[in-house]
Amino acid sequence: MLTQTLKTIPIEHYIYLSSILFAIGVLGVLIRRNAIIIFMSIELMLNAVTLLLAAFSTYRSDAAGQVFVFFIMVVAAAEVAVGLAIIVMIFRNIKSIDINLLNKLKW
Amino acid sequence: MAPYFFYFLAFLSILSALMVVFSKNPVYSVLYLVITFFSIAGQYILLNAQFLAAVHVIVYAGAIMVLFLFVVMLLNLNKELEPHKSSLLKLSGVIAAGLLLVTIVGSYRGAAVQVVGSAMDTPTYDNQIGLVKNLGKVLFGDFLLPFEISSVLFLSAMVGAVMLGKKDKV
Repeated sequence: MLTQTLKTIPIEHYIYLSSILFAIGVLGVLIRRNAIIIFMSIELMLNAVTLLLAAFSTYRSDAAGQVFVFFIMVVAAAEVAVGLAIIVMIFRNIKSIDINLLNKLKW
Repeated sequence: MAPYFFYFLAFLSILSALMVVFSKNPVYSVLYLVITFFSIAGQYILLNAQFLAAVHVIVYAGAIMVLFLFVVMLLNLNKELEPHKSSLLKLSGVIAAGLLLVTIVGSYRGAAVQVVGSAMDTPTYDNQIGLVKNLGKVLFGDFLLPFEISSVLFLSAMVGAVMLGKKDKV
């Protein structure tokens, strides 16, 4: 059944799905002000890219792509740990995680 | 039946991803993100990448989302008091993201890639590469050094998170 699935769904549909998910992640980064939601949107973008990597890996029958997805997950886990620590630190200092208050590095 | 499952999962992931961005309460955003991650894990199963599906559920839905939910609860953010950007900024954000989508899809259409689908009919095609046994051989063979280096990355991330989270300065 699984190989039949791979033959009936063209790779284009995976590309479109990943593009839409990536664009939704970009949209979340652009229109929200809550730092945690922006962080979740970044996770969404990472997931869109890893889904496409896994799809190409399966279609090309090349295991290196799936290993890369594994390493991206490793880096994402480390990134989330450090990033959430930074967010907690920011909240402790300015009592808010509104990114519009964090404009000291802007100019 | 399986293609319908793909489209159902794709629809579910897109819908819950939109709800992540547009729901007002951060706790609801986290819960919708869990739905998105589970539907992406379903996509991995459809791709016969069982190792990735298991790791995705364990790492993302298990560890990362618990961390997010923990921080949301710790900072007491589960109320809808986020000041919103002006509707002009929101509209320009939607237009910018839509233009990005059009650019990505248009560049793909323009490139007219058609070589990727044809590899499935070649006799060397192997649809078992996503299983734990085969992926483990590759991971501990060709990619052994990056795998070991990633443990150093985890150690430094752990030290960094502890240092950042400490209350008093050393």
